[in-house]
Amino acid sequence: MTAFLEHYNYWIAIFLMMAGFYTVVARGNLVKKIVGLNIFQASVFLLYISMGKVEGGTAPILSGKPEVFSNPLPHVLILTAIVVGVATTALGLSFIVRINESYGTTEEDEIQHMDDEP
Amino acid sequence: MRHHLVLRVVSKLLIPFILLFGLYVQFHGDFGPGGGFQAGVIFAAGFILYALIFGRENAVKVTPPRVLQALMAFGLLLYASVGVVGMINGGNFLNYSVLRADGVAGQHLGILLIELGVGITVAAVMIMVFLMFTGRGR
Amino acid sequence: MIAAHFPILQVVVPLMAAPFVVLFRNGTVAWFISFAVSWFALAISVALLGQVMDAGEISYAIGDWAPPWGIEYRVDKINAFVLLIVSAIAAIVATFARASVEKEIPEDKQVLFYSAFLLCLTGLLGITITGDAFNIFVFLEISSLSSYALIAMGRDRRALTAAFQYLVMGTIGATFILIGIGLIYMMTGTLNIADMAVRIEAVSTSPTTVAAAAFIFVGVGLKLALFPLHLWLPNAYTFAPSMVSAFLAATATKVSVYVMLRFMFTVFGKFFTFEFLPESPILIFLASLAILTASTVAIFQNNLKRMLAYSSVAQIGYMVFGIAMVNVSGLTAGILHLFNHALMKGGLFMALGCIAYRLGATSIEQVAGAGRRMPLTMFAFVIGGLSLIGVPLTAGFVSKWYLLLGAMEKGWWPAAVIVLVGSLLAVVYVWRVVEAAYFRPSPDGATTVEEAPLSMLIPTWVLIGANVYFGIHTDLSVSVAKQAAVQLLGLAP
Repeated sequence: MTAFLEHYNYWIAIFLMMAGFYTVVARGNLVKKIVGLNIFQASVFLLYISMGKVEGGTAPILSGKPEVFSNPLPHVLILTAIVVGVATTALGLSFIVRINESYGTTEEDEIQHMDDEP
Repeated sequence: MRHHLVLRVVSKLLIPFILLFGLYVQFHGDFGPGGGFQAGVIFAAGFILYALIFGRENAVKVTPPRVLQALMAFGLLLYASVGVVGMINGGNFLNYSVLRADGVAGQHLGILLIELGVGITVAAVMIMVFLMFTGRGR
Repeated sequence: MIAAHFPILQVVVPLMAAPFVVLFRNGTVAWFISFAVSWFALAISVALLGQVMDAGEISYAIGDWAPPWGIEYRVDKINAFVLLIVSAIAAIVATFARASVEKEIPEDKQVLFYSAFLLCLTGLLGITITGDAFNIFVFLEISSLSSYALIAMGRDRRALTAAFQYLVMGTIGATFILIGIGLIYMMTGTLNIADMAVRIEAVSTSPTTVAAAAFIFVGVGLKLALFPLHLWLPNAYTFAPSMVSAFLAATATKVSVYVMLRFMFTVFGKFFTFEFLPESPILIFLASLAILTASTVAIFQNNLKRMLAYSSVAQIGYMVFGIAMVNVSGLTAGILHLFNHALMKGGLFMALGCIAYRLGATSIEQVAGAGRRMPLTMFAFVIGGLSLIGVPLTAGFVSKWYLLLGAMEKGWWPAAVIVLVGSLLAVVYVWRVVEAAYFRPSPDGATTVEEAPLSMLIPTWVLIGANVYFGIHTDLSVSVAKQAAVQLLGLAP
């Protein structure tokens, strides 16, 4: 049980990952798919950020005194990944706007239906 | 939103401080927490608040999409040209130390310019994304 | 002095050209810059391949931060070869693009179109050249995001849904790769691939490392459209503008195959590729399914672009097949097919671009009678098709020959049978096009010769000609591929 609780950050990441992934796969609405994708990506952000924590470490800002710092590298990496995530979301939503303009719906099965009948 | 007096007055008061805070995060980035990404988003938030309260038409007058597009390109070019200048001065790409005779001063100048480029591009992209989405379907 | 900076110039020149193009707001200027930059990138990659062949690996430390702490660009034989493939295809496709884009993309979108093309090129070159695992993810997303945008510019509204589907699946794939890289970073504390390869040995038995390998494998599998993760590919290639189909089909999946090679052999080499893989039929099984199913599905397609897209899935099967053999002949075949398939699919999709330019559509009904209306284009398509089948004297034959050699060395007779059956299926779907184009009257009875403009025909024929050239003069491509294979397997040259 303690082994389970000690790694609670991983359990949160796994839970969010599965929730997001399920939303992407199971929801027919395109906007909900993008929301699911965001949750999925956010879980990975948490995984990285919690990975950089050093026990007893402070924020990695130089103060002149020798101190124990948390590892800042995963944070920097994830800043990049967050920007990529924002770009992906914006692009995905812009596709949805244009799909809605040309099909009149954002439901996947209705779009499929309209594509099947020429 | 234009008829809500409280919102208009409060946002008029807030917007200068949001922009100022954005600039602080931008230029304090090489001493403390901050940097181009965060500053760009905060800076853009000021403009987006303006667009929400005073209408998209007015916001487009302040930041026409053509200008935003040019700024997006300019920020990226600024970033890359700092790297190229480092190359011309005899270092590898993105070596800031060779920008000035004094290596530490060169590092300062380099990261300042790089973050400025990032900040300009991020702010322009954020405002652009907002304007593009709100411009659709009307 | 400038030669020392070639690795970074390879990526930075297209990267800087992309925003530069936007400043001009003119489609013709944008095309000319893209055209010039693509040829410049090709010149650099040729020079890099020369340097690597003469002097061995090149390492370039960005910002003079010494690796493994800083980001390192590392060029060895395998990625110099892939760089050459990507930039050569980009240069030829950029030449082809002018007339095709003029017709298919609205005037006001052309500047952004070329900008996205340059970013996509930057991403693909960046993935290939970098020696830093996280950098691979960043460049992967640069190339993917710009290719989603490029695909969505297709004229049909289904291009939008295809691009959306690709966006969702591509993002999941990239996130999987991100998780995998994070897990390796947890175990080894490094992001530099060369450093990672050394440090991973100490932790190779840890379940975390195995999980990292699994995540990266599935993520890259999604990106390279390995059966059954290929679902995004047919629609994306079918509805994209002609020039984008040609460019992506010839480069994007190839670069993903390279990423797989890099992780499989350089990073996870010791425990995954050399211990687990030879014991497990998983890759061979998936590759065989890809060859057989995708080729069969291709036969029943009415849209020729979709037919070629399914054929791409099958061809990726051949590459993975070769890689999964983990011997010199198999790996040589895989790397060689990377090159040859880029030549044939680039040429074929460009021929279809010419057909779309004149006839408006690429369905098999539209192509009927095209053998008389567009003789040069259709003849190019036939030669490309022969190469796809693997007829002797074409490039396709050379890679299949090495694939068969690899299978023989291993004593895998069923594998040889699968390769042959795949080729027979290719005969069927190529023949359908030949039959329609040469033996059926055109739908509106027109018989006048209307060729595509020369600016499209010449690049198409350059690639198709390369298929024949590299089918006869095999020394260059085979020797480079073989040296790359030897290097990946860690054998003494």
